[in-house]
Amino acid sequence: MREWSELFVTGREAPAAEDGENGGDERKRGFFGRLRENMTKTRQALGAELQATMFERLDDEAFERLEEALIYADVGARTTASIVERLESEAGSGALETGEDLTRRLRELLAETATVDNDTIDLRHSPAVILVVGVNGTGKTTSIGKIAWHLQRELGLSVLLGAGDTFRAAAGEQLEVWAERAGCDIVRGAEGSDPASVVFDTVEAGVARGVDVVICDTAGRLHTQQHLMQELAKVRKVIERKIPDAPHETLLTIDATTGQNGLRQAMLFRDVTDVNGIVLTKLDGTAKGGIALAIARELRLPVKLIGIGEGIEDLRPFDPDDFASAILEDDPKDSAAMPDRSREA
Amino acid sequence: MFDTLSDRLQEALGDVRSRGKLTEDDVNKAMRQVRLALLEADVNFKVVKEFTAAVRARALGAEVLESLNPGQQVVKIVSDELTQLMGGSGRDLVFARGGPTVILMAGLQGSGKTTACGKLARHLREEKSLDVAVAACDLQRPAAVDQLVKVGSQAGAAVYEQGTSRSPVDVAEWALGQAKADRRDVLIIDTAGRLHVDEALMSELSEVKKRTKPHNVLLVVDAMTGQDAVNVAEAFAGATAFDGAVLSKLDGDARGGAALSVKALTGKPILYASTGEKLDAFERFHPDRMAQRILGMGDVMTLIEKAESKMDERQAAELERKIKKNQFTLDDFLDQLKQVRSMGPLQGLLKMIPGVGQQLGGLQVDDRELDRLQAIITSMTPEERANPKIIDGSRRRRIARGSGTSVQAVSQLVKQFAQMQKMMRQLAKGQMPDLQGLAGGR
Repeated sequence: MREWSELFVTGREAPAAEDGENGGDERKRGFFGRLRENMTKTRQALGAELQATMFERLDDEAFERLEEALIYADVGARTTASIVERLESEAGSGALETGEDLTRRLRELLAETATVDNDTIDLRHSPAVILVVGVNGTGKTTSIGKIAWHLQRELGLSVLLGAGDTFRAAAGEQLEVWAERAGCDIVRGAEGSDPASVVFDTVEAGVARGVDVVICDTAGRLHTQQHLMQELAKVRKVIERKIPDAPHETLLTIDATTGQNGLRQAMLFRDVTDVNGIVLTKLDGTAKGGIALAIARELRLPVKLIGIGEGIEDLRPFDPDDFASAILEDDPKDSAAMPDRSREA
Repeated sequence: MFDTLSDRLQEALGDVRSRGKLTEDDVNKAMRQVRLALLEADVNFKVVKEFTAAVRARALGAEVLESLNPGQQVVKIVSDELTQLMGGSGRDLVFARGGPTVILMAGLQGSGKTTACGKLARHLREEKSLDVAVAACDLQRPAAVDQLVKVGSQAGAAVYEQGTSRSPVDVAEWALGQAKADRRDVLIIDTAGRLHVDEALMSELSEVKKRTKPHNVLLVVDAMTGQDAVNVAEAFAGATAFDGAVLSKLDGDARGGAALSVKALTGKPILYASTGEKLDAFERFHPDRMAQRILGMGDVMTLIEKAESKMDERQAAELERKIKKNQFTLDDFLDQLKQVRSMGPLQGLLKMIPGVGQQLGGLQVDDRELDRLQAIITSMTPEERANPKIIDGSRRRRIARGSGTSVQAVSQLVKQFAQMQKMMRQLAKGQMPDLQGLAGGR
């Protein structure tokens, strides 16, 4: 699994965990228990397909059902075709012989597809500014609350939140509740006020108070609404005016239940706001989040964080190998196949 | 909305359409395209299989091969099957005889329930003159109650809320009592977003249903949902036996295959579509029209209805008279502009016109361009609006300053308007106007 300190580059030593080694393990166990639980349905869906097909022959039917399984995971027709074609040609050349070979190779290919360079978040700025954008209802505000909590708790950084969603009724109140839970300060503007000015005030306050990280929320918007997208460009510009190389990280939240439209979302948000990472949210349902693979493959945008539940701790750094393994794990109860087997050894 | 899917099908059937006869190869090729387009539109895998099989079987039948224009036949078959898949004809909400009609809203987190509550409340008030109350039973998400209080009052609905300390089941029951006491026509119950795999929350939802006995349970489904839409719909059908769905965020460019999947696999119709940020961006879902739209035939019916509801007949007659007498002024133009804008974002309107959805492609129509035109005209004096010929250089500078635009923009508008008047004179005389000239003015 990937540690918080591996995702976030802070340029300083991670603080000694207050609860010591064992406590850390405890947390880890808690996380894996949760992830295992949360991904059970995922694995049942995809895993069941794979078990039924791939442990038999490597025939056309096996590939057809493999293709179906990937389509069901929302990986998308193009990315599915590229993976299936590659496996077919490897099977044709004799590199794959058994169903087990196919499973192993598929896992590798999925992980490889999910792996993109520049998958860290650089916080070596004072303050580092993170802008969070996305379509309505994808989980921006919730993710921000969780990130703030983790940054303070795991990395000992001070965080200031900016309530840049001045459009949706009660969005500011929602972020305020998260700020309280995370134990950090928040800058708010009036509902209906200019989001750019709230964000500007937030960054200014962040500089004045000397916080480590400023995280700015924005209103959810459909990527097709040009005037709202221009508003985001303006928000970016305002931040840049205050701190020339900021925002240092722009995260796009994508709902794991999203289908192929996720690719359009990523493309258009990237064009307007220079997105450099994805937060894949709501992975705790039956949705497989396969669209993240299509986004990684076609846009070279890495998933950096995954949301796996309602609790404040339910956010994790994304790990391509874990993602692929967990998706393909055959038996949900077989915890030894999970990447934390070292703990049990 | 569904434009990309319609483009794909158009493309897939394009050469079949232009050819007289249809070979088995043609059908296979077209069906491959249809399959791919539907999969990319997030239509459920099983539904796609069944759909293409049904279309293929019918397309290969004698009725097509022997008909004079097989291409047209295939388009018709795809259209028929699609309409059928989407729900046949429209269905309406069920209303109680006496006592409040209870509508329970359910869905995943972020699907747009609270917004849909507000929009539905407004819709029922405006369209059916009903006295509507909404009940805040989403006690899970921070500030959800505040949001419903705001959205509900914007919609002109009474809001029943008891903060977040009681259980949602109790609040719902209490709200029903209130609605009865206040003699409301409709009570809309907002609930927390929940994952369909969360057993505790799903049984809580069943409990709310048991206690309030809603006449309608509506599932709010995000139009952008992928293959998972089916799992979600099936789980909610199990827990709440919902009666219909509201398709949200349909104003994006998602192809909305989820709508097809939900209907096809649960048999529950889509009742409403949510199509924009504003409270009035909410309409009845018309499966037949939507199928036409998917096939790139445009959605003329919706457009006409929108125009009818916004345009005043007398105004229209007056306008016609002015055009005939060549008295169309910039003031009239401004009125027209405002009327068109009251129908919603321009991009949405254009897509409803047959053929335009495809031609538009990636073109973005900027509503702010219209803001600028409005600003320029309102910066003119009444004389200038009645007789734009008097607008000279110094007037142009003043108008540009007043409207915050440039002299070039003002000149362009004046020039365009002159061309428009010329065009209208031609129209009034019964000639076909030269549209090229108008377009070239930009």
